[in-house]
Amino acid sequence: MHTNSVAQLIEGLRERQFSSVEVTQGFLDRIDALDGLYNSFISVDASAALHAAAAADKRLATGEAPPLTGIPIAHKDIFCTDGMRTSCGSRMLDNFVPPYDATVIQRFRAAGAVMLGKTNMDEFAMGSSNESSFYGPVRNPWDTGLVPGGSSGGSAAAVAAMLAPAATGTDTGGSIRQPAAFCGITGLKPTYGRVSRLGMVAFASSLDQAGPMAHSAQDCALLLNAMAGHDPLDSTSSCTDTEDYCNALDNNLQGLRIGLPDEYFGDGLDSATGECINGALRELEALGATLVQVSLPHSALTVPAYYIIAPAEASTNLSRYDGVRYGYRCPDPVDLHDLYTRTREQGFGDEVKRRILVGTYALSAGYYDAYYKKAQQVRRLIKQDFMNCFEQVDIIAGPTTPGPAFALGAKSDDPIAMYLEDVYTLAVNLAGLPGMSVPAGLVGDKPVGLQLIGRHFDESRLLNVAHRFQQATDWHLRRPESAAGPLTGGAA
Amino acid sequence: MQWEPVIGLEVHLQLATHSKIFSGSPTTFGAEPNTQASAVDLAMPGMLPVLNEQAVSFAVRFGLGIGAVIGKRSVFDRKNYFYPDLPKGYQISQFEAPIVGRGSFEILLEDGSSRIVGITRAHLEEDAGKSLHEDFHGQSGIDLNRAGTPLLEIVSEPEIHSAAEAVAYLKALHSLVTYLGISDGNMAEGSMRCDVNISLRPVGSGILGTRAEIKNVNSFRFVEKAIRHEIERQSEILDDGGEVVQETRLYDAERDETRPMRSKEVANDYRYFPEPDLLPVVIDDAYIQAIRDALPELPGDKRQRFTEQYSLSKYDANVLADSRALADYYEAVVAECGDAKIAANWVQVELLGQLNRDERTIGNCPVSATDLGALISRILDKSISGKIAKQVFEAMWQGEGSADGIIAARGLQQVSDSGALETIVDEVLAASAAQVQQYLDADDAKRKKLVGFFVGQVMKLSKGQANPQMVNELLAKKLV
Amino acid sequence: MSIEQNEIAKIAELARIRIAGEQIGQVTERIAEILQMVEQLQAVNTDNIEPMANPLDATQKLRPDIVTEENRRDAFQAIAPAVENGLYLVPKVIE
Repeated sequence: MHTNSVAQLIEGLRERQFSSVEVTQGFLDRIDALDGLYNSFISVDASAALHAAAAADKRLATGEAPPLTGIPIAHKDIFCTDGMRTSCGSRMLDNFVPPYDATVIQRFRAAGAVMLGKTNMDEFAMGSSNESSFYGPVRNPWDTGLVPGGSSGGSAAAVAAMLAPAATGTDTGGSIRQPAAFCGITGLKPTYGRVSRLGMVAFASSLDQAGPMAHSAQDCALLLNAMAGHDPLDSTSSCTDTEDYCNALDNNLQGLRIGLPDEYFGDGLDSATGECINGALRELEALGATLVQVSLPHSALTVPAYYIIAPAEASTNLSRYDGVRYGYRCPDPVDLHDLYTRTREQGFGDEVKRRILVGTYALSAGYYDAYYKKAQQVRRLIKQDFMNCFEQVDIIAGPTTPGPAFALGAKSDDPIAMYLEDVYTLAVNLAGLPGMSVPAGLVGDKPVGLQLIGRHFDESRLLNVAHRFQQATDWHLRRPESAAGPLTGGAA
Repeated sequence: MQWEPVIGLEVHLQLATHSKIFSGSPTTFGAEPNTQASAVDLAMPGMLPVLNEQAVSFAVRFGLGIGAVIGKRSVFDRKNYFYPDLPKGYQISQFEAPIVGRGSFEILLEDGSSRIVGITRAHLEEDAGKSLHEDFHGQSGIDLNRAGTPLLEIVSEPEIHSAAEAVAYLKALHSLVTYLGISDGNMAEGSMRCDVNISLRPVGSGILGTRAEIKNVNSFRFVEKAIRHEIERQSEILDDGGEVVQETRLYDAERDETRPMRSKEVANDYRYFPEPDLLPVVIDDAYIQAIRDALPELPGDKRQRFTEQYSLSKYDANVLADSRALADYYEAVVAECGDAKIAANWVQVELLGQLNRDERTIGNCPVSATDLGALISRILDKSISGKIAKQVFEAMWQGEGSADGIIAARGLQQVSDSGALETIVDEVLAASAAQVQQYLDADDAKRKKLVGFFVGQVMKLSKGQANPQMVNELLAKKLV
Repeated sequence: MSIEQNEIAKIAELARIRIAGEQIGQVTERIAEILQMVEQLQAVNTDNIEPMANPLDATQKLRPDIVTEENRRDAFQAIAPAVENGLYLVPKVIE
């Protein structure tokens, strides 16, 4: 049962092949049995999950249940969940139990989904390897000596290892797409503003966006249907109409023009990874698409622009963690200054502190124009590059990452090397575009992701391309050996 | 050396919205601590601001009220600093692109003259909470009910040169914003708080001196005292050849002095940048026009109209148009009694006098405008004298009912029955034979004085109710 | 762009993060590397380019002035480090 896609689970639940309680119990058993290997969950509340599953079964019995009724879903521990700890991977929020739900969580509850648990992540979503979590690193199910990617590494690993059929993630600079690529699953970062940010712990407000992570494009579409939509409590959420993201999945790709940016196939790209991507592109060509060479001339500036803008916004978003109203407070503060400085010294990890300092510096008097303002100007140039491309092509494609997953510890002492892992994904956030990562091959045993980038609010087209690709290939059906484990075949 | 003070005022005006500027929490004053602090106000993780339309509308109304340029594209910024009453660690404010640009308005000085003072800008921002310093085992308590209350920060040009002018500016501003209905103007509840920037320069110099900022002065009287004190302090330093230090000072009302604020010792670097959780506020001409069309008559226009329509002196018009509530009251009295002059006298002397004595405002005046108008009507139709009217007014103030009811109940109706009056006059003349003789022996000039005696006696006997004009006529007829 | 330890100390003070004496050297080194990397931005001409704060260049929607929140003090203060009489407690604030 755990090998089923969300679409298959929906069908099985409606046809009474199994109940939500059985499905949920099956995944809970797998988490119990296998997550010691991956460390992909921070919190699991089995009784709450089973309780929700039982309620879902009752709803299903009435025949009038919303689409995701009874489907267990894991949520990144960045989404506030009423009554359940929301740590954001940080000691700062280790004791934080929000008295409210994020809009995304509310929407999944309304759609009937069952919350399986909260997944591990880089602290405050700052990282590309899931090694900065207060709860220890997550391990890649394809090879537990490798990182799963980050920051939504727990969600990616949980889905890849079939501990959850699908999960939510957030993506500020590649945090859905890069771990999806490293773990061989499908992940979608929607257009900025497509999914509400309310109740999602903020990293960089103008870049953060939540999205689905699952095995297939179809499953991502099913989840996005539940997540997307305007939220009057998030000023930056878009009023643009949503659609049924499953509708266009089967459209044929005849005449589709796919842009291949020169800059995404240059020196930095690992050659074996490049071969996988080229293979995937030939497949798309065979499906009727035309490949067009394009250029994103300001690509080299995305890493520096991002590493000003994201830390600057983060540095002030994280000022609220001061030990006064919730979260960690240092023991025995002697005065107010001591309360602030020691709480934040002890509550935050190294990478978070580093980014706060860089962001504080970039915004400080005398440096604002040279750093922050400059980066925001470059950001416009980067967006303009994409807009120019989209006059010639319908989507843009390339590798999600420069290479496959790397070893745990390999880059954890070298921030710059870590930042360069996101070289192909950052620009999408800076420009606010939708982006996907789709399993596109293996280098040895390591998955490789194909990145698809669309026009603003053109998620349907990305999902369509990914779905047609997945109809013609089986990369998204490959499963890591470690996850076969003692429970092969599932509990039911 | 003669020093000229240069004063600029920053007024933080609480806007009279029902809910906060970025959340749906109520803004009611005086609630139990932290009962009006929502997840947004407490800066809980993941919480986001959504802008209150009414706050925008009030700001635009103010801008139109001072003839300012309205920022059609205004931007919110984060002002970053750590303080326990500032839950997010930043205040959402407007820095580079405020909603209200340059404008000006008229202030009235004590000598009755007026002048125009420039406004540099006005911008929207959120209020902070409060730190309570009562002892909680050596700790402070934080109440965040006020956090997120909408403020309009109004920045004057440095065109004010004395404590008296500063007070005149604040009074005119208070009058303007209450006219506009954008603030309750309740100083005691902190609806209008003031930061004062003061520097001194040699008289005639065009260069500004180093300024000190005095934070959070919360009444007209304290503004005056704080400024006087600060001018004195700075002149002493400068006279001794010293230099004024640029710093933030706190006015201590109890000791009547300003002293440096310890918490602001470290120069702050606020790291302003555009608030990414909010988008630029774009307003169009139609929006502005709709607000313009709904603007009430403003103090200056009303003063002008009062002098023209009611033939009031400039002084009377200034007093009566001081607040919209008082002006409305006055106009209602006039509408009832029909005599603008007498109404003006009554409102200024009797009504304001009583309000002052009872420390009340026009808002909770126990005598309605219609009732006062009706009372004045009784003077005008000679039912009672002005003197009796004051007694009646006193009774009305004590809640004894309407003028007519009190006049009837106490039998205060003026005696105009010539038969009854004649009896009283005869009685007085009979009892005052000596004075009558004196009167008859006197010349015309002396007689005028002596007649007052007889009138007085008649009034006494009639308990003030005799119609004075008729008494005079009767006396003239009888004293021959 | 190189950055000195005393500058990092100043920035850390602004950000209210204590950095232990023995760590300041390493922290400075790391941040210097990052600042060096972002220095590439200076090479590009951005004259007359409007800074982009929001990727959609969208504008603000306004909320009607309605009270929608009720008092949830008990729920909020249940997760607070220190409260008394409904107030959040902090070490004494000096003005």
